[in-house]
Amino acid sequence: MIARRNLIAAGGLALAGCASNPPAASLGRVVVVGGGFGGATAARYLKLWGGAAVDVTLVERNESFISCPMSNLVIGGARDIASLSHSYAGLQMQGIKRVRAEVVAIDPAAKIVALADGSRLGWDRLVLAPGIDFMLDAVPGLSAALDSGRAVHAWKAGAQTLLLRRQLEALPDGGVVLMSIPKAPYRCPPGPYERACLIASYLRRAKPRAKLLVLDANPEIQSKKALFERAFAQLHAGVLEYRPNAELKEVAADGLARFEFEDVKADVLNLIPPQRAGDLVRDIANVNRRWVGVDWLSMQAQAAPGVHVVGDAILSASGMPKSGHLANQQAKLAAAAVLQLLKGEAPDPAPVVMNTCYSFVTPTEAMHVASVHQYDAAEKTMKAVAGAGGVSPAASAAEGEIARAWAENIWADSLALA
Amino acid sequence: MRAWLLLLLCTPALAQDPNAGRSLAATCANCHGTGGRPHNATIPPLAGMPADTLLAKLTDYRSGKLAGTVMPQVAKGYTEDQLRLVAAYLSRQARP
Repeated sequence: MIARRNLIAAGGLALAGCASNPPAASLGRVVVVGGGFGGATAARYLKLWGGAAVDVTLVERNESFISCPMSNLVIGGARDIASLSHSYAGLQMQGIKRVRAEVVAIDPAAKIVALADGSRLGWDRLVLAPGIDFMLDAVPGLSAALDSGRAVHAWKAGAQTLLLRRQLEALPDGGVVLMSIPKAPYRCPPGPYERACLIASYLRRAKPRAKLLVLDANPEIQSKKALFERAFAQLHAGVLEYRPNAELKEVAADGLARFEFEDVKADVLNLIPPQRAGDLVRDIANVNRRWVGVDWLSMQAQAAPGVHVVGDAILSASGMPKSGHLANQQAKLAAAAVLQLLKGEAPDPAPVVMNTCYSFVTPTEAMHVASVHQYDAAEKTMKAVAGAGGVSPAASAAEGEIARAWAENIWADSLALA
Repeated sequence: MRAWLLLLLCTPALAQDPNAGRSLAATCANCHGTGGRPHNATIPPLAGMPADTLLAKLTDYRSGKLAGTVMPQVAKGYTEDQLRLVAAYLSRQARP
């Protein structure tokens, strides 16, 4: 939460340092809130590139990092959750201060972050990487169904991932699993379709009479469409049934899921809620009160100068998915810009970010989508380079191996793993 | 006059971010590891590779001469100058 009156009071660009109480680090203090792909990478690269001259503090409420990428393999029974969990010790080894706490208020005018225990952290520049939160009011009954465990979202990795796995293990052979996909934009466009493939793989192996019904609020598959259509038809036919243009309208107390044209009674309900920027940035989510608009040269929030926002919480540029890979890339852009601004210099006028995202269609075979995004000075946004990027010709075991290596390497890059 | 000419010649270089090579190479790090040193070398290390070798490979990916999975698609997204900066930066990094 950001106190609105303070936000309004927030004026021009923040200046480095503090005249009455100069910080030990000559460039100044940066506080990063959120320890996912975006926040961890921002902290890591601020320190990597800023060295002793910058004081970096990472605030994250969870004890450890748990990766959403690869978590669908856990749901499908093909990977252990411990293998996608990492501590923040690597970042601490780099000289980053780690604070485990919940942020309760942000005051951009006073340049202070308030923590739940009553303590405060001062900063010269603030980086926020809150990820997404759910728009539960949009679907009556969804909040109660998630709270009771009758429905599972598993769209933030951790306890929900394991809960969905346990429910799939407890599913009787011949049972029905329902997955509902919200309207785009949501975190990880190919994620639901990958999950559908991995749940179907598990059911075929362990419960051959069970069915998976995938109801998508969107008119079509949102990423790697032709490849997923092929996987659904060739690998998962008979187990997986996919229907587009089916938006979840309500979840009844008995677990009946109501869609526009049908009601579905299922044994396992994986209901992925509609999404918006995380609660932490609600007051600076200036785009439809849902996403944070940013200046792409610095990742500064349009509504709060001095406050940089990266990852799933921002309004994505055209053709730019909400992915962990891009959160990492945006964080590097933000880190470079923050250091320039702390020096009183302009950020890089021509930043570039790129995306690579792998999806598994079976526990071993994966495929990718890739894109490169260059800054367009005339339109002041990032543009996907025409003629670049693309998808795999087909899913393969070779790309499955590369996907696993990608995960290890991006975790190490983001979290400074030894 | 000579100083003025020198200044003019230097202008394009001044317009570029002084850390452009570093920042561009950081876009490779998600897959190839921080500074081009990957944890899992299924995706090859790039640190310390001679700049000429690396640039030739990137240029061949960009032109379509060299086949691959992600790289032919990604290399086309960068300008030749950007690839040159990436190759120069990674060549200066310590080998894994």
